[in-house]
Amino acid sequence: MDSQENNHILSYTKLAIILGILLILTGITVAVSYRDLGFFNVPMALAIACTKVTFVLLFFMHLKYEGPIINLSFIGTISFLFIMIGFTFWDVAFR
Amino acid sequence: MNNRIDKTGIKIGMWLFLYSEIILFGGLFVLYAVYFYKYPEFFSEGGKELNRVIGAANTIVLLVSSFTVAASITAIQRKAKKQAIAFLVFSILCGIIFLVNKYFEWGAKIHHDIYPNSETLVSGEPGLNIFFGLYYVITGLHGLHVIVGMTLLSISLILVMAGKVTESSYSMLENSGLYWHLVDLIWIFVFPLFYLVL
Amino acid sequence: MIKTESFYDTPSPAGLTGIRAWLLTHDHKRLGLMYMWAILFWFVIAMLCGLLLRTELMSQGKTIMGPELYNSLFTLHGVIMVFLFVIPAIPAIFGNFFLPIQLGTDDVFFPRLNLFSWYLFMFGGLLALISLFSGEGFPDTGWTFYVPFSVEVNTNVSLTVMAAFTLGMSSMLTGLNFITTFHRMRDKQMGLMQIPLFTWSLYATAWVQILATPVISITLVLVVVERLFSVGLFDPDKGGDPILYQHLFWMYSHPAVYIMILPGMGVISEIIPVFSRKSIFGYKAIVWSSMGIAVAGSLVWAHHMYTSGMSDVSVFFFSLLTFLVAIPSAVKVFSWVATMYKGSIEMTPPLLLSLIFIYLFSIGGLTGLVLGAVGPDIHVHDTHFVVSHFHFVMFGGTGFAFFAALHFWWPKMFGIMYDFKKAYIGSILTAIGFLFHYIPMFILGMQGMPRRYYDYLPKYETGNFLAGFGAYLLCIGILIMFANLFMSFRQREPASSNPWGGTTLEWTVPSPPPLHNFVDKPQVMEFPYDFSEIAAQVKRGER
Repeated sequence: MDSQENNHILSYTKLAIILGILLILTGITVAVSYRDLGFFNVPMALAIACTKVTFVLLFFMHLKYEGPIINLSFIGTISFLFIMIGFTFWDVAFR
Repeated sequence: MNNRIDKTGIKIGMWLFLYSEIILFGGLFVLYAVYFYKYPEFFSEGGKELNRVIGAANTIVLLVSSFTVAASITAIQRKAKKQAIAFLVFSILCGIIFLVNKYFEWGAKIHHDIYPNSETLVSGEPGLNIFFGLYYVITGLHGLHVIVGMTLLSISLILVMAGKVTESSYSMLENSGLYWHLVDLIWIFVFPLFYLVL
Repeated sequence: MIKTESFYDTPSPAGLTGIRAWLLTHDHKRLGLMYMWAILFWFVIAMLCGLLLRTELMSQGKTIMGPELYNSLFTLHGVIMVFLFVIPAIPAIFGNFFLPIQLGTDDVFFPRLNLFSWYLFMFGGLLALISLFSGEGFPDTGWTFYVPFSVEVNTNVSLTVMAAFTLGMSSMLTGLNFITTFHRMRDKQMGLMQIPLFTWSLYATAWVQILATPVISITLVLVVVERLFSVGLFDPDKGGDPILYQHLFWMYSHPAVYIMILPGMGVISEIIPVFSRKSIFGYKAIVWSSMGIAVAGSLVWAHHMYTSGMSDVSVFFFSLLTFLVAIPSAVKVFSWVATMYKGSIEMTPPLLLSLIFIYLFSIGGLTGLVLGAVGPDIHVHDTHFVVSHFHFVMFGGTGFAFFAALHFWWPKMFGIMYDFKKAYIGSILTAIGFLFHYIPMFILGMQGMPRRYYDYLPKYETGNFLAGFGAYLLCIGILIMFANLFMSFRQREPASSNPWGGTTLEWTVPSPPPLHNFVDKPQVMEFPYDFSEIAAQVKRGER
């Protein structure tokens, strides 16, 4: 357990860069949605959304600077979410 | 142990709460995934009826407000109280803009007789009914979270102005910020899933 | 030991006297006791509902009530037992009281949140009460609230569902508090593998509470939304899929089974070594099996749905995964038995109740395998076999672990000792009543008697009569047990700080504990179940 308090300060510039990336990605996902990529429509949209979410988590939410408890438990939560959706498809996809 | 405030502990508690929020929406995303698999063509038909411009605008509003909330924490850490207040006020305004947009969006849909149990949806294609049903439930729940997030931000704002939130103790602001980012995270998924499906 | 004031006697701060000293307290011990009274109240109510149900079934046709009342009553019995007794019982009472002490700290991490959870619990209970006496009456949907019936029926489903929602919130916040306390408030000398097993089991439970409870919250919200706005998400006419409701419901409610049983297992892991005067066998295996149950238990929800019409692939996978859960559960049972092997066993009421637990829980677990396998499940699905199976686990398991915990920690919580003889009589009568009550149900189920039915064919009459007879024995046993415990308040035979010879930290503090739990700095042992000191005391004749 970390005894020293972590007081990581993110500079305005860094936050602004992240915002810039997020806005560009939003632009891309809207632009891409006008083109029909066939099967790849949804994976593409989701991939971009996941990238955006990763940026928000790592920097805006400081996840990059947190200790192992928060990081590991976050991964655990996401895994459970995937299990919820994935295992349901054993039923839905084969009915 | 009693005299020192354990900021990391408070943050862990907040994250645990956020996990429960993620799973709360997760339940709805299970429904979305299944119904999308079942009715792909109606989901894209429904998606085209939603206003992509308002959706994109709302995404930008939320992203910018997320940035300002993160910046307000930086400001507090740097003892720049006025900047922090300005950033927070701006974030809350963004929340209001988001809700106003949502209001007009819902209003327009309801005007076109598209709402749960409306004549058009009930007598129309089941796939479309499900799409709009999910749309209302998910964006409705998300809207509630926006309101809760704005309330938390407002409380933080008051505490910042009263000098209760300072560079040495800003857990309230940090946790409200985390909540606000979560609201943003969910919207980042809701936006492509509803507005951009083809 | 220096004489210290217990937390009951420590003067409250000004403005917090009398009843307020309890209602506005942040003290985890007071909150634990407040949970205890509330939960015991609900337990007795639900037990009486169950007794009425079995009385109705004792003979064919109408005995004491009509079919509508019967349907409402089994729903009430289920809702109260699940949400107001079995889920909160051990974590909220004993977890609140002992988790901080076992970790060597003075309170939980968020004391005010803890008080808030208690109020949510009481508010949830209040909502359930209101839904009984208002509107169209209590729902008759069963505690599962399956659609489409729960959406269409006129009874007070919305209010009851909101009660369950509130209770879920309360349980989730308790879990949140426990995890944070576990990580941040633990005594600095205490490493992960020096934590008592009860606390470990609560930690595993807390994760399930946090990650699974939101699923039921959203599912219950959807039921209310459907009732109010008829969106049609589960209505086939409108494109919905009712089986998805069952998926969502069991995504929580199966893990909830482990919220119910894991703390009970933790209690047993504490009691067995103490009265065997021997270190627990396989400490690490028990820790890992607790976490293993928490994980594996979240992967098996659809084994409640073999006959719902879901795909065969799904049935296959979920049946396979279900068998995996048996492994960590069996690890625990073997560890308990191995702990007792060659131990110096001292019989006491908590140990007797723990032994009954192991026996009944094993039957419950093994019949669970019968249900987990698809072939036999199709035969006995929704019959009394299922009812009997889960009562063996929930009541024979968690219920008896709860009684064992009450008897084990009673002297610590109140500083008084109860009468052993009456406790034995009560426990044995409860166990005999239990077997009389539920064994006939296995047979009835195999013969095909469905659950939740108001009436039955003549051939089931003997079994139902026996089960009803057992129900009365069971209730008398429980009443004797409780009466004996309450009698101890009048006899006031004082208990020492370590009446049983336990080694975990709660036995190093006075009974009842002082306000801040520890008088001196807690001394964390190298290994929490090291009985060499206790054994030496016994040898010297001090114990």
